[in-house]
Amino acid sequence: MSEPQPTPELRRTPLHDLHVRLGARMVPFAGYAMPVQYPDGILKEHLHTRAAAGLFDVSHMGQVALAARTGNVADAARGLETLVTGDMLGIAPWRQRYTLLTTTAGGVYDDLMVSNHGDRLMLVVNASRKDFDTAHLRAHLSDAWVIEPLTDRALLALQGPAAEQVLAELAPDVTAMRFMDARALTICGAACFVTRSGYTGEDGFEISVPGEAAVALAEALLADPSVAPIGLGARDSLRLEAGLCLYGSDLDETTTPVEAALEWTLPKVRRAGGARATGFPGAQVILSQLAQGASRRRVGLKPEGRAPVRAGAPLFADERAAAPLGTVTSGGFGVSLNAPVAMGYVSRESAATGMRLFAEVRGKRLAVTVADMPFWPTRYRR
Amino acid sequence: MLRYTQDHEWLRLDGDVATIGITPFAQKQLGDLVFVELPSVGASFDKGAVAATVESVKAASEVYAPIGGEVVAVNDKLTAEPGLVNAEPTGEGWLFRLKVKDAGEAGALLDEAAYQALTAAEESH
Repeated sequence: MSEPQPTPELRRTPLHDLHVRLGARMVPFAGYAMPVQYPDGILKEHLHTRAAAGLFDVSHMGQVALAARTGNVADAARGLETLVTGDMLGIAPWRQRYTLLTTTAGGVYDDLMVSNHGDRLMLVVNASRKDFDTAHLRAHLSDAWVIEPLTDRALLALQGPAAEQVLAELAPDVTAMRFMDARALTICGAACFVTRSGYTGEDGFEISVPGEAAVALAEALLADPSVAPIGLGARDSLRLEAGLCLYGSDLDETTTPVEAALEWTLPKVRRAGGARATGFPGAQVILSQLAQGASRRRVGLKPEGRAPVRAGAPLFADERAAAPLGTVTSGGFGVSLNAPVAMGYVSRESAATGMRLFAEVRGKRLAVTVADMPFWPTRYRR
Repeated sequence: MLRYTQDHEWLRLDGDVATIGITPFAQKQLGDLVFVELPSVGASFDKGAVAATVESVKAASEVYAPIGGEVVAVNDKLTAEPGLVNAEPTGEGWLFRLKVKDAGEAGALLDEAAYQALTAAEESH
């Protein structure tokens, strides 16, 4: 074993002590001490989420309010549109959209959710990017905009087929919500923001709650026998099965939205000829890739055997090719599928569904097939 | 004779055949296993060489040959049931068997008391 390392100063979410009490194994993630799993283990946590309801602490993520000093949400949206690929002006009150912050080279700074709260926009950004994103918004938007990281709020995700029935006991109004709806609701006496969305492929909700009320809300949810606490390990296997990107693995500053197969985040209105075409960083690169195709593409990959193929594995056309045609960016085990799954970038010619490629794992070439995603059917309540 | 390594493998020597697996401590650290890659029967390993790989949902971990020898058997059940290693790490979840070159190498490994001390020290970190 290596020498004991000094414990780095890790931040804690409001639920830290609860996780420890529940027997969580805590690990460092994005500067926070986070639960990777609880005593039941990752396999059971993953299956429980798809069978009933899993409760995730995602308070490490950034919640950032973006408002215009005019108080007009349309002005907030116009400001954000100078930095993202999406149609922010078109987000109706109390609706949410997924979008991408882009770099001047057409790469991705972050993927995020944006909801319209009537007088301001609410952004939920990746934990590892929240400091960068806040600084980026402040650097690019004049003081006609107010950017406010809501550091006193926690974020809980309740995901699975039982999520609605569980949350409705505490907040009956959630039964009226459809996928990507947002609402301001009082839950257990606390002023919450709820969206019907998540990172698992299942129906579910993300609940923004004031930090001081987070433990009480989590305990109220966990009191329901359908609900189990779920760690980051299962969060990753669930999102991978759902074909969802992880920023830092499947998306980064070198991947364009077109290469990432996320062209759908660029609606007509922001494309060439649209009413608000371009105007975001890297627009020229991205729009020309839309027109001509990109040289590589993110695809799903299904190993033919039982061995997982993990991030970093090079991909080849056959067992003997010397030059790789791509790389695996996320890989692991699809617990519901009971088979390994992966995603990665491959040359455009190799990106066809059904194409047989070879991943190099511990010196051996293992056959994988390009596959459509999600690997497991999603169940969004549209 | 039952012995252990610093890398949390156990070894049970019967004559000149050693059965090898990972310890209950190791399986708990790794979490649920989803795949086990075993050596081929007939393969030879020096002490310390990578002989097998066990994979959890999150990561792959190498299993080293605690002593040198030639593989005479592997636990085929693990192909379909990698979770056996978690459920019965010292029983049905054994990994492979070696015909050992030098049984004396086993004496140099940790005995039960030394292994308990090792895991107690690791757990307190």
